[in-house]
Amino acid sequence: MAERKKTTILVIGGKKLNKEGEKIMTSPEECEALRKAFSGTHGVEEKSMLEILVKCNPADLTTFRKKSPYIFLDDECCFEKWDPFHMKSLEIEFLRFQRAVIQQTMHPWERDALLVRKSLEEKPPLYNLLIELACTRTSDEFLGARKAFQCLYSESVEEFVAVRVEGFQRRLLVALVSTYRYEGMRIDEAAIELECQKLGRAIKTDKKNEIENDDEVLRILTTRSKHYLKTIHKCYKKNYDSNLDEDLDDIQMLRDTVNCLCAPPIYFSKILVAAMSVCPTEQEKEALTRVIVTRTDVDMKDIAEEFNRKFGAPLIERIEATALGNYRDFLVALVKRGMAN
Amino acid sequence: MATLLAPEDFSPGEDAMALNKAFEGWGTDEKTIIWILGHRNADQRKQIRLAYQEIYLEDLIKKLKYELSGDFERAVCHWILDPVEREAVLAYEAIIKNYRPDYRVILETALTKSAEELLTVKRTYQFLYKRSLEEDVASHTAGDMRKFLVAVVSVYRYEGEEIEEEVAHSEANILGDEIQGGGGSGGGCGGGALKGAEEIIRILSTRSKPQLLATFNYYKQIHGTSITKSLGGDPADEFSAALRAAIQCIKNPKRYLQKVVSHSMNRVGTEEDALSRVIVTRAEKDLKEMKDVYLEKTGRSLDDAVASETTGDYKAFLLTLLGNQDYF
Repeated sequence: MAERKKTTILVIGGKKLNKEGEKIMTSPEECEALRKAFSGTHGVEEKSMLEILVKCNPADLTTFRKKSPYIFLDDECCFEKWDPFHMKSLEIEFLRFQRAVIQQTMHPWERDALLVRKSLEEKPPLYNLLIELACTRTSDEFLGARKAFQCLYSESVEEFVAVRVEGFQRRLLVALVSTYRYEGMRIDEAAIELECQKLGRAIKTDKKNEIENDDEVLRILTTRSKHYLKTIHKCYKKNYDSNLDEDLDDIQMLRDTVNCLCAPPIYFSKILVAAMSVCPTEQEKEALTRVIVTRTDVDMKDIAEEFNRKFGAPLIERIEATALGNYRDFLVALVKRGMAN
Repeated sequence: MATLLAPEDFSPGEDAMALNKAFEGWGTDEKTIIWILGHRNADQRKQIRLAYQEIYLEDLIKKLKYELSGDFERAVCHWILDPVEREAVLAYEAIIKNYRPDYRVILETALTKSAEELLTVKRTYQFLYKRSLEEDVASHTAGDMRKFLVAVVSVYRYEGEEIEEEVAHSEANILGDEIQGGGGSGGGCGGGALKGAEEIIRILSTRSKPQLLATFNYYKQIHGTSITKSLGGDPADEFSAALRAAIQCIKNPKRYLQKVVSHSMNRVGTEEDALSRVIVTRAEKDLKEMKDVYLEKTGRSLDDAVASETTGDYKAFLLTLLGNQDYF
């Protein structure tokens, strides 16, 4: 088990003075640790703040501000001003752990209902989030979310989605959120072969907008059971020597649909890689919390394996390198529990 | 209110034995079958089926299918099923059995129920046939009809009473645009092809029923004619017919079913499947109110109409379900 690096705290013996001759309590290393604690992209390092910040007297704080040009602006004013952008970011990062805790404790139906709402109220809309919710939950889990949605918003998911999208997106998304898929294992081999050929013909020969308008492609993806679709995926690979989801790369929504239905770990590992990349958007960062919290007790082991394959390093290691503080510890503990399941 | 007359006391074992006796010998004693099964409610019928299985180690339904025939057999075999199971079976038969799926049955299944009731039917359908209702409807239909029917059977409608007046008003206009687009404005006999179907499908298959009723009212106010009249009466245009049927069913399910019954007896020959379906599915629910509607709209009692349009054991069975005690 990898050990989390503890922040070293140097005990300052005796009195130290800065160049103004004022007493200082913190070392340069501690200053650096404090800067890091304030500058995370995924959470804040509460421990550093508790242990180092409390020791800072006014002289220390002045030094800290002067030596942190990305946090404090040294402009025409005769004092070091908090960078408002950084202050706003810090607010969000402080809340990251709180939001993870709330998501974790929330009833899954309420959580998914709120996410459905958010997916189309954000600008730009998060279609992949809606597809994720409709396709990675079981029929009964998503039905629960639909009921919760009605309780919370006094309208059905179907009407909410239908009125906010049109054309191909409406045909796909409304069908995905409405369907109550058969969850059993019984399949019709003959029908699968036929439908696999239909998909192959459409995907290999038609242009993008023709595939989007193909009623049969839509019918197969939005009504067939998950086991059925997984079998089609295998059949497609056998017949065409390529993967169905990769062949749909041009149409991101269809690709996500296929992955979410046939191989959720592939989809989720992609989301995790993006969340912990160099410059993720706030939406991408939030997905880190969402994926860990919602998949711990489902398929975390498979997701971690897929992540390792895709990214080249273990998931836990990546989280430890990217996130800070309580938020980091929370996520790592959940992933560990999920992998032990 | 139900029209079915069933006694409080009964013995499932005795009934099972009496039925078995009715099967014995050369012919079948249909009168006994009608007398017993036509006077038992769903719970009692279930107990009889179990008793028959226990005593004779045979499925009563299989036996009935073997011993009876024609419209009478179909009606009895549907009747004996548990109501939810029956709905699933009727939907399945409507989709699979014919060359073209009977969209009216699919619409009735979806639109005469609450959201929870429809969900129970869908679960039962999956249990019986190992596929979802949605995938079977989808794979046996095409085009706009498919989009509409699949949407209508899939939706888990909001059941609150709230209405958003602005939305109702704007959607009434949207519907007007799509329907009237065929040629010229204004209502009247419509009959032209729909300009589009996306919005009409969206509105009819996602909005709550109270919201839709408000929208239909606004439609009439704005366009001077009801939405069903605007959709025209061209029987060859199946999709428009399906839209009209859905709207009528949403507006007033009892009146809609009364029309189905009237229609079934209106032509040369009777459409027994439709007639049986309505009587069998409503006998334990609200057939009494439907009889009142029928009398009001046609000037004739439903019992008289059935008596004159049907014959034999089939007639006797239907009249029994309608609450007649003395027709034998």
